[in-house]
Amino acid sequence: MSGPSSYVPKSNLSKWFDERLPVARLMHDSFVAFPTPRNLNYMWTFGGILMVCLVLQIVTGVVLAMHYTASVATAFDSVQHIRRDVNYGWLIQPLHAVGASFFFVAVYLHIFRGLYYGSYKAPREVLWILGVFILFAMMATAFLGYTLPWGQMSFWGATVITNLFSAIPVFGESIVMWLWGGFSVDNATLNRFFSLHYLLPFVIFGIVILHVWALHVVGQNNPTGLDIKQPSDSVPMHPYAITKDVFALFVFLIPFAYFVFFMPDWLGHADNYNPANPLVTPPHIVPEWYFLPFYAILRAVPDKLMGVLAMVGAIAVLAFAPWLDWSRVRSCKYRPIMKWCFWGFVATCLALGYLGAMPAEEPYIMWARIFTVLYFSYFLVAMPLVGLIETPSQMPRSITDAVLGGGKAGSGGGGQYPAGATAAPEKR
Amino acid sequence: MKRLTTLIAIASASVASLAFAGAAAAAAGGEHYDFQKQSWSFSGFTGQYDKNQLQRGFQVYQQACAACHGMQRVKWRNLVENGGPQFPEDAVKKLAAEWPNQPLAGPNDDGLIADSKGNLLTRVATLADPILGPYRNEKEARAAQNGALPPDLSLIVKARSIHEVPIWYVHVGKMMSEIGRGYQESGADYLYNLLIAYADAPAGVKMSDGMYYNKAYPGNQIGMPAPLQKDNPIVYENGKGTHEDNVRDVSAYLAWAADPKLNERKATGWYVMLYLLITTVLLYLGKKVVWSRIGGH
Repeated sequence: MSGPSSYVPKSNLSKWFDERLPVARLMHDSFVAFPTPRNLNYMWTFGGILMVCLVLQIVTGVVLAMHYTASVATAFDSVQHIRRDVNYGWLIQPLHAVGASFFFVAVYLHIFRGLYYGSYKAPREVLWILGVFILFAMMATAFLGYTLPWGQMSFWGATVITNLFSAIPVFGESIVMWLWGGFSVDNATLNRFFSLHYLLPFVIFGIVILHVWALHVVGQNNPTGLDIKQPSDSVPMHPYAITKDVFALFVFLIPFAYFVFFMPDWLGHADNYNPANPLVTPPHIVPEWYFLPFYAILRAVPDKLMGVLAMVGAIAVLAFAPWLDWSRVRSCKYRPIMKWCFWGFVATCLALGYLGAMPAEEPYIMWARIFTVLYFSYFLVAMPLVGLIETPSQMPRSITDAVLGGGKAGSGGGGQYPAGATAAPEKR
Repeated sequence: MKRLTTLIAIASASVASLAFAGAAAAAAGGEHYDFQKQSWSFSGFTGQYDKNQLQRGFQVYQQACAACHGMQRVKWRNLVENGGPQFPEDAVKKLAAEWPNQPLAGPNDDGLIADSKGNLLTRVATLADPILGPYRNEKEARAAQNGALPPDLSLIVKARSIHEVPIWYVHVGKMMSEIGRGYQESGADYLYNLLIAYADAPAGVKMSDGMYYNKAYPGNQIGMPAPLQKDNPIVYENGKGTHEDNVRDVSAYLAWAADPKLNERKATGWYVMLYLLITTVLLYLGKKVVWSRIGGH
């Protein structure tokens, strides 16, 4: 994608080093000279923001691990010790807890952007699937991390989620016991969850490197969905994309800091400030907000195994989007029907989030079922069918034309250029 | 065909905006209670604890709550530290040493945990020790309290909240309003309402054995007798103090106990927000200069 390297070593030392290990060249080609579409909007800044989120979680997490003790007798108090007595613990612990929430805010916006602008379509399928792997790993990490403070929600959340594996036929019970390391969620469970919670972020980091690599092979998508065809379609990442990314990062940090400093516990659940008690079941077991839509789907299905499959399937179905969507027009900007389906899908996700927080009773169950069907129909009905019947609106000839307004009025001959070659197959 | 799919698309979008008809709040049993949200010195962005209020609140805790409830996670030194009640150090040292519940000292050099009369060995509490309640463990507490367990109070304000399930559009508005105001005082508001809402059981309500009527408590039957008396309030050093003062001050004190770093956190937050806002503006201007070279976004 980036073509021949434009890196020129400036000193003898960097020249010497470049001939032996061209790390500086790799960085220069990937993050300085890398051509980015000139029409990227602010929805494209979440990649960089997510990178910062991941690093922030790892850094704060490493510090927290220095003071946390993974034992059912002391875990709860050690988190309080961090909040009360450790130097700047009152800052580091909320950064990590609120950070997890904002990580999901950013990742969900990142995914919605990918869906709207068709970033999952060829040639970005592998890039997209790696992203789904990252989402799975993030969810596992967040779930494991929420167990660690060993409050009531930690304990009962862990109990509910690990019990989902008991839905597996024949081996279910044995698998659950194997996960627990005993006959219930207990010290062995907490210890392994801590170990895995420390491990998984580095797994995520590894997949992120592949994700970025894949991105740099195929190049970024952009709001028009058109490929970069000419030099004027792109700008070097530095300083153009970088200045925009950093500005957007700081905009993102403002609400983040607001929560950390002024309402650090608002996103959590009061019951998690009661120490875990296996003998007292909380009246409402509710996961963190970022799991609520999937929790709603789980509870919407009457059968346990099918519910678990639906919940996992709700995320896994993302990975099949590249082949479910038959339209070759990437961007919903030029897809008059799919655009509405997309916003319907966003509304569905929000509705499922609300329903996941409500008690499992009518009328919530009925609504959860309706929205679960709508959720899956976006992927299984809208994606394959809409492309067949919709007529894409006219697209600009190139990214440059989209930015500078040329093309439509015939800025050079083309006149009625039919939405780029990619749109033609849709006119059946 | 096209019109049909457009209809489907619009329908799927608009279903999401339909009201969840009949999704009224399911009451947790008992009569409905309207929680009265209070104005706290520590609420909002500029909120800080009022140390005089915390001192009065500690007095209420000492005289009304400490007979049953400990505060394991609050150390005596916290009562001296900035951002708290800031009692004089000498006074707290004296109080810790005279506190009825002293830390265990056994086993001693001879391996004994009790003296010859069978009393557990204790030592004099220092500033580093926690504020202990009267019971050594849950079993002792339940034995003394007719089966009930008086919870530790150091986190009680964070462990409680006003649980309301409004209809969805109210719910969204409430969330937005809470974020806008920086509302974190749900626990303190709950406690205030709980302590003030003791009443005689209305005619026709059958109380279980050893339970007390409370309008704010889910189900209206609570195991804790009214700790603060309406007609016999705790009087402060300045000679004042009503029942409502007692309730408010002890709620504030327990809010501090649950979040003792709030003053420092909120004060720092202002500098951080200011830094972020100024830097964001500068970054925006810088980005504009860079992009002005080529036009477009």
